[in-house]
Amino acid sequence: MILAITTPKPRRNVELVLLILALAVGIGASAMVGLNSAAAFDSDFWFQSSLLIVASFAFHMILRFRAKYADPIMLPIVVALNGLGLALIHRMDQPGEDTGNNQLRWTLLAMAVSIAVVWFVKDHRLLRRFTFISLAASAVLLVLPLVPGISAGEVLGASVWIRLGPMTFQPGEIAKITLAIFFAGYLSSNRDLILLAGRKIGPMQLPRFKDLGPMITAWLVSIGILVFQRDLGTSILFFGLFIVIIYVATSRISWVVIGVALILGGGFLASRFFSHVAFRLDSWWNAFTPEVFDRSPGGSGQIVQGLFGMADGGLVGTGLGQGRPDLVPFANSDMIVALIGEELGLIGLFAVVMLYMLLFTRGFRAALGARDAFGKLLACGLSFAIALQCFVVIGGVTRLIPLTGLTTPFLAAGGSSLLANWIIVGLLLMISNTARGPVDTTPVTHAPTEAVQTS
Amino acid sequence: MSDISELTITALRFGFLLLLWVLIFSIVSTMRRDLVIGRKAAMGTPTAREVRKHPELAPAPPQPVKQQAHQLVVVEGPLKGTTLPLAASPILLGRAQEATLVLEDDYASGRHARLFPQGSRWFIEDLGSTNGTYLADQQLTRALPVELGVPVRIGKTVIELRA
Repeated sequence: MILAITTPKPRRNVELVLLILALAVGIGASAMVGLNSAAAFDSDFWFQSSLLIVASFAFHMILRFRAKYADPIMLPIVVALNGLGLALIHRMDQPGEDTGNNQLRWTLLAMAVSIAVVWFVKDHRLLRRFTFISLAASAVLLVLPLVPGISAGEVLGASVWIRLGPMTFQPGEIAKITLAIFFAGYLSSNRDLILLAGRKIGPMQLPRFKDLGPMITAWLVSIGILVFQRDLGTSILFFGLFIVIIYVATSRISWVVIGVALILGGGFLASRFFSHVAFRLDSWWNAFTPEVFDRSPGGSGQIVQGLFGMADGGLVGTGLGQGRPDLVPFANSDMIVALIGEELGLIGLFAVVMLYMLLFTRGFRAALGARDAFGKLLACGLSFAIALQCFVVIGGVTRLIPLTGLTTPFLAAGGSSLLANWIIVGLLLMISNTARGPVDTTPVTHAPTEAVQTS
Repeated sequence: MSDISELTITALRFGFLLLLWVLIFSIVSTMRRDLVIGRKAAMGTPTAREVRKHPELAPAPPQPVKQQAHQLVVVEGPLKGTTLPLAASPILLGRAQEATLVLEDDYASGRHARLFPQGSRWFIEDLGSTNGTYLADQQLTRALPVELGVPVRIGKTVIELRA
């Protein structure tokens, strides 16, 4: 084996250059929107841009001081996506609506929390101590929307929201982080047990039922979410997260086979028993049938209007601010990808997909470089969560798979998702900091070391 | 909107798409350095100034090639020149007659120290001697590995492991 003899380089200056480019993209998008609308360069534009610049540079400076060796690419990518999302959401605000500024407030809050993560979680290995606390926290977070007092009730067919004073929040988004911490912690300790025990059937080694337990639990949890909260996207996300972490931990293809079988089985049962799932499937398969298009709950009008929009955009798009997102329901959240396809065209949409892919590869690079099993699994899980979310949303909008309610990371309007994804970025930055930095030989615990005396 | 010509708008539209891809290509060209694994130039060797600024960047001194110790040599003291082949069994050093290497050294204790193999390395452990055992001028407080050519001092005797 050839060992990489490389000296760690902080590369923060590269980050600064890329960050300026990323801010140019985000603010350029706002400016283009301003040029094409009646209210060009109003106070909102200057306000938004300056706050975004200040927050991004604050994050950059914190990384300089606190996580010198963190990946230099993640922050610019995320700032570019977030800036683009802000511009698009602001552009879609009807008079009297304030989604754009609300999104800006959430962006600033999310960046502040992410900075706090970078500041306080000096070593991601500390999180491993919270393996089972994370499991308990995930359970609480997932049950919260069903608790009568704080539940925001059923909004748009799914009860996943809680009410915190004037705001609503989606605790399931945070649960994906705590679940990833649990899966990574559990599997980094029990990996060998799952690997070695079990009987072999044909080419596949089946794990013992006892070790299968957490897997079955994860499946039941995701089905439970589906049943009680009617949230198809989140259950797919959690289940996919678990399959991927366990596959990475054991490198056994049997887990993927079992997992896909369980997803297909669960999906089939769900489509039989739940009308909303059946409607989703129908409006995916028969999207262009007039009856399905016009059906009032669960029709395919949203998807098809999005497709028409993208078709209108063509290769280079209609230009920012010149599309017709008012024709598409939820154009600023679920369907924001369709809007990008319409206004920036295929070239712009591919650029956005490319940015996601680069972010994902940087997450996996951090996982490859991490020196501990927990860090590897956590980085894999978190970056895969972002990738799966992109796949489910973009695949749904482009009618590759049925449309499910997940948010496009960093782009779509929605505070909880933004907060959760920025926390994920903070964690990935910390893992990449230890992965790229010089080998840290200090022990995890800072207990005073006693001199060993032999008499 | 009327004061901006259609041409400018179109130019800006394409300019924005170009900017997006410029960002992507800058990112990819930054990443390219990370993809090269195993070449020293991949991330650059630190200059003297960088080492001063970030002391942890200093290249680690080259690790001596690990070699199995095969003999023990007395380099100083009354028994100077004596060699002892090392096998797999531990070696007792001291003045006592049952010691593997009987030291005729007034400053050594009867059962002074023990050399024992563990894995591919030899460890030295002081057995509660009066005057102590020194590994490279450091008094032993616990068992420590002995590298090739590192002097171990017992009283007036200095021994070394050789390949």
